[in-house]
Amino acid sequence: MKNLPLIPILILASICALFAACFLGSTPLSLGQVFAAMAGGGDVGDRLVVWSIRLPRALAAFLVGAALGMSGASLQGLLRNPLAEPGVLGVSASTALAATFSLYYGLVAVSAWFLPISAIIGALAATAVISVSAIRVRSVVTLILIGVGLSSFAGAAMSLLMNLAPNPFYLSDMINWTLGSVANRSFEEIGCAAPFLTAGAAILFLTRRGLSALTLGEEAASGVGLDLRRQRILTVLGAGLLTGASVALAGAIGFVGIVAPHLVRPWVGHDPARSLIPAGLLGGLMLVLADIAVRLIPTTNELKLGVVAALIGAPAFAWIAMQRRGSHD
Amino acid sequence: MTDLVASGITVKAPNAVLVRDASFSLKPGELVALLGPNGAGKTSLIRATLGLAELEEGEATLGGLPTADLSPMKRARMVSYLPQTRPLAWPNLVRDVVSLGRFSHGVALGRLNAADESAVSRALDACDLTDLAGRRTDTLSGGELARVHCARAFAAEAPLLIADEPVTALDPRHQIRIIDLVAQFVAAGGGALVVLHDVQLAARYASRLIFMKDGKIVVDGPLTDILTADRLLDVYGIRARVEGRRVDIEGAA
Repeated sequence: MKNLPLIPILILASICALFAACFLGSTPLSLGQVFAAMAGGGDVGDRLVVWSIRLPRALAAFLVGAALGMSGASLQGLLRNPLAEPGVLGVSASTALAATFSLYYGLVAVSAWFLPISAIIGALAATAVISVSAIRVRSVVTLILIGVGLSSFAGAAMSLLMNLAPNPFYLSDMINWTLGSVANRSFEEIGCAAPFLTAGAAILFLTRRGLSALTLGEEAASGVGLDLRRQRILTVLGAGLLTGASVALAGAIGFVGIVAPHLVRPWVGHDPARSLIPAGLLGGLMLVLADIAVRLIPTTNELKLGVVAALIGAPAFAWIAMQRRGSHD
Repeated sequence: MTDLVASGITVKAPNAVLVRDASFSLKPGELVALLGPNGAGKTSLIRATLGLAELEEGEATLGGLPTADLSPMKRARMVSYLPQTRPLAWPNLVRDVVSLGRFSHGVALGRLNAADESAVSRALDACDLTDLAGRRTDTLSGGELARVHCARAFAAEAPLLIADEPVTALDPRHQIRIIDLVAQFVAAGGGALVVLHDVQLAARYASRLIFMKDGKIVVDGPLTDILTADRLLDVYGIRARVEGRRVDIEGAA
C-alpha cells in the first residue's frame, strides 16, 4: 500500500481530469476537436470554448483545490490535528469577508489586484488568530470551537454587508462569493492569484520537514532541532497565502482541505511533510471532478462548486471527527 | 568538549520563582540522576539550561557557547532531549519516529542517506526494536513506546542526553530496561542527565546525584557521599535505610 507511486498516479489522474473538463460540457466537442483546439488549430468557436471557457475554469478549480489541500495538510501538521482546515477554522469565511469588503467598497474596480490582496490579508489575519489560539489553548476541541466562533463572526459580518447592499446586483455578487464557484474564470484572474499561490506553495514545500518533527509534539520537536517560532510563522504565512489566493479565485470552498489530506495520509506513513504534495494534487483533482459534475448535472440554475463540495465534505468531516473518539481530548 | 554547564540559573513564572540560583554541569562519561519531589523545579531547570525557556538570571553553556544563542539544530546535535510528555500526533511507523531523532542532521522522512539510515538502525537495535520497526506507534504498549522514544533520542548520536522522567508509568522490568539503555549509552562514552522519581533506581545506576527542592539545588555530588537517610528525610520527607547503593524506604516521615 505504501509502495504505490502515489504522486505520479495523482498527476496522471489530474491531467486526465483537466482534459475531461475541456471535453465534457453543454457544447458537444469531439476528441479531435478538443485536441485541435488545444494545439491552437481547429474551429474558432471550438478554440473559444476550450481556451476561454473550459480550460481556465478547470485550471481554476484545480488550483483552488490544490491550494486548499496543501494548506489543509500543512495546518494539520502544524496543529497536529486532522480536523484543522481553512474552512473549519474560519479562515475561509474571514477571507471571503475581506474579499467581499473590497468588492462592496468598489476597491476591485480600482485595480483587479485589490481582490487577491484583500483576500490574503483576511486569510493571514484569520490564520494568525487561529495559530495564536492554538498555542494558548492546546485543546483540539477548543480550537475548533474558536474556528466556529470566527466563522460565525465572519458570517454575521457578511450578512451585515448583504443587509446594507445598495442594490440587488451587489447582493447577488456577494452571495455568489459565499457559495464558491469557478464559473466564468479567465486566465487574467488566474494570473492575479498565481504569484500568491506560487509563493504560498513554495513556503510550505520548503518548510515541510518541520511538520514531520512536530509529530513528536512541540517540546520534543524543538528538542530535535526545530525552530518552532520560525516554523509557525512560515506555515501560517504559506497557508494564509494559499487560502487567500484560492478564495480570491473561487470564493469560499470548504472541506477540500480536510478530506484530501485525510485520504492521502495512510499512503505516506501518516507523515505531514510527505502528505503535502499528494494532498494538493488530490484536492485539485477532487475539485476538477466536482466542477465537471456541477456542469453536467442538469439543474435549472447551475449548482455552485462550493455547495457541492460542502455537501460531500461536511459528512466526511463528521465521519473523521467521530473516528477520533477515544483519542486524546 | 561538549560539557553542558549551568551557572546561577534563575527561572521565573509570572507569580513564582521556579528555579533559584542553580548551578550544575554534565560531562560525557557520567550518569547523573536529578532527583527531587514534584514541583522542585527539575523540568524548569532543564528547559532553561537547554535554552528552551527564558532565563531570568545566570547562564548556560554547551561546549562553551551560550545555549540561548545556539541554533536549535546545532544544540540538538550536541544534546538529545527527551521531554516529560511525549505525545505522538500521528500513527507513524516506529522507524519514522526514530528517524526524526536525526532531524538536526537534515533528515527528511522517506529520504534518509546512508549515514542516517545506519544511525537509525543502530538506535533501533540498541533498544531492541528492530522487529517492531515496521509497526505503527499506535499499536505499541507503553513499554515499547518508551523504548521508541529512547531510540529516537539515541538516533541523534549526540554526546549528551537529557531525559525527563523516562521511566514514569512503566513496570519495573521496563524501568530497568530503559535505564540499562541509558547506562549503555554512558558506557559508550555519552553523558546523561536523567530525572527520576525512583530513588532506588537512581541509587543503583547513577554515578552522581543532584537533589532539588523548592527550586534550589540542595546538593550535587558523587552518590556515595551524598545519599544518606537524612538527605531523603530532608528532600522527600521519607524514612529510609541507606547502605551504599541500597535504599530501603520504610515510610513517610
